Amino acid sequence: MAGIDIGSRSIELVVRESVAADGATYACGAWQTTLQRRLPTTFDPVQQCRSILADCMPDRIVATGYGRGLVAEVVHASGRTVPVESITEIRAHALGAHHLFPEVRTVLDIGGQDTKAIQLAPGGKVMRFEMNDRCAAGTGKFLEYTATVFQMDVAAFGAFALLGSNAPVINSMCTVFAETEATSLMAQGERPESIALGLHQSIVRRTVNMLRRVGLEYPVVFAGGVAHNPCIRQLLLRELDAPQELLLIPDDPDMCGALGAALWAQQKEMEARHAA
Amino acid sequence: MSGNAAYTEMWEKLDLDIAAHDGLLSVLGKFYGDIYMSQQGRLKGMEYLDFVLSEVHGLRIKELQDAKAEGRKIIGTFCVFVPEELTLAANAVHVGLCAGADAGTEQAEKLVPRNTCALIKSFIGFKMARLCPYTESCDMVVGETTCDGKKKAYEAFAEHVNMHVMELPQTKTASARQLFRDEVVRYMTELEKLTGVTITPEKLAEGIKVVNNKRRALQRLSALRSADPAPISGRDALLINQVSFYDDPVRFTGSVNALCDEMEGRIAKGEGIAPKGTARLMLSGCPMAVPNWKLPYVMESSGAVIVGEESCIGTRNTRDLVDESATTMDAMIDALVDRYMRIDCACFTPNVERLDNVASMAKELKADGVVHYSLMFCQPYAHEALKVDAALREQGIPMLSIETDYSMEDVEQLKTRIEAFVEMVK
Repeated sequence: MAGIDIGSRSIELVVRESVAADGATYACGAWQTTLQRRLPTTFDPVQQCRSILADCMPDRIVATGYGRGLVAEVVHASGRTVPVESITEIRAHALGAHHLFPEVRTVLDIGGQDTKAIQLAPGGKVMRFEMNDRCAAGTGKFLEYTATVFQMDVAAFGAFALLGSNAPVINSMCTVFAETEATSLMAQGERPESIALGLHQSIVRRTVNMLRRVGLEYPVVFAGGVAHNPCIRQLLLRELDAPQELLLIPDDPDMCGALGAALWAQQKEMEARHAA
Repeated sequence: MSGNAAYTEMWEKLDLDIAAHDGLLSVLGKFYGDIYMSQQGRLKGMEYLDFVLSEVHGLRIKELQDAKAEGRKIIGTFCVFVPEELTLAANAVHVGLCAGADAGTEQAEKLVPRNTCALIKSFIGFKMARLCPYTESCDMVVGETTCDGKKKAYEAFAEHVNMHVMELPQTKTASARQLFRDEVVRYMTELEKLTGVTITPEKLAEGIKVVNNKRRALQRLSALRSADPAPISGRDALLINQVSFYDDPVRFTGSVNALCDEMEGRIAKGEGIAPKGTARLMLSGCPMAVPNWKLPYVMESSGAVIVGEESCIGTRNTRDLVDESATTMDAMIDALVDRYMRIDCACFTPNVERLDNVASMAKELKADGVVHYSLMFCQPYAHEALKVDAALREQGIPMLSIETDYSMEDVEQLKTRIEAFVEMVK
């Protein structure tokens, strides 16, 4: 069973297999993740989707992410006839987070171009969700773009921002305007580390507002590529005024959506086998 | 909606920008094909609507020119607060004006600020780019002070058309009612002046009957949509409501009733446009003028069927009837005012009745969820989105709040949110 998450920046694949060799038991515990893979999306997601699935022959595929509609095409064009379904990132992240942390009540996913806040009922059912509107303010893209102002790779940007202090308030939510604001601050002699911290803070403020709008309840699972950023993690805890153990971060935060899709495939497969 | 050569002369006489207008019609035709003609299992009665829409800038405009040749006047409107009953009593033709597509945006932005809603920019743009044969056919355009955006836009618009603006109160107090009553009388006087027709109680009674019958037919359509499986798509139902602002009211009423007969037959056989159990969503909020079909199309392409529109182009226009028992002019005007003051437009404060109306409509139509639609920069509806959300949540009805405009750039993001909402309510 494969779950594939085609995001704006990267594509993730999670494959889960049933370990019961005799085919007798398909209880949830009998499935495990046997493969995780990640590729950049690039400007040719169709080709990248082909590559990520090249040597992988799942019996069922569930796609999610903004490119979820591509997968059926790619798979069927390659002559394979396996069922391909798609679910939204909201459902996928809810499933993935609930699987990793069954006690989760709120999921925060900050990806390449989307930020999502999802409120879950105790059993994992989606109750409410919020997403950023059409622009990518306050997402991974914002960090990637502003990191270039500091001539820095986005992976190092969080650690750099942690060196800042007395961060100036960055008011602009627009990525382009925020860059202008940062440039003006540099011209005023503000320490670059502190400006970087201010930029991180502006994302976190926006994110916390979104979390509150869906009715924030703990624990919160923080997934998506931006969950790797140590500065965002720290500021989020401070802004939420929550103890560390209530902000749960998966070992592979980027894989959460693909995992959720794979879990949906697994569930569909069990239903199909049950019916047969 | 092909650029019909037979009409070119008429459009030239109306001083339309022929090349741009041809372009508009071909885009609309393609859009209509993709969104409407691609539907499976549509009602036979929709052929009439397809025909009306294909001729919306053709045959219907020809009819308006013929009416003008007979000495009748054409009144253009933008809002459900302008009493059509009076227009008809003055033997004039009442039409809605083009406001549902991005057109002439650059020119419009010279007259209104950029952060004005798409609907206002659209009607200004259609005029400035000379693309709306309705606007060009009008003898008088009637505006109303529903929101700040519109009332200021009419100041600019008045430099280009013969404009009459009705002042609409913002509360429902006794003095507010009196203000609106005065405005109704002022509109009547203006109509009499323009048309030379004296509005008598007999003529007004006839106008009231015609418009009530139109609203009754649309109420009947709305009630039939509570059936599961849904007998008609939301797109088709929206189209019918949209066309109700353009078409001859008596002819339109007959067609809608015929369509309802067909729907009843379909319901009796347990048939529908989508299988039983399809997620049923209701739309609520701002009006969707032709050809603003973006959100309904996204919703119905995401595994849902739309079962109602709580909107000015929907139940806000059709829910209430005018009492037909009055015989004197004064009593008839009172009956009109009573009816129009029941409209639960977001421009009123407070507007609690809308919250009850949305919730009870969602229950009657057995909606699994409500999608609230606010046009970007529409402050009244954006505010009420929060209130409607809270009111519906109290009743256990999920709501998704969407803010968008006429552009297509956010379609993918909308799809994700709506698909996720459908997953959630199913």
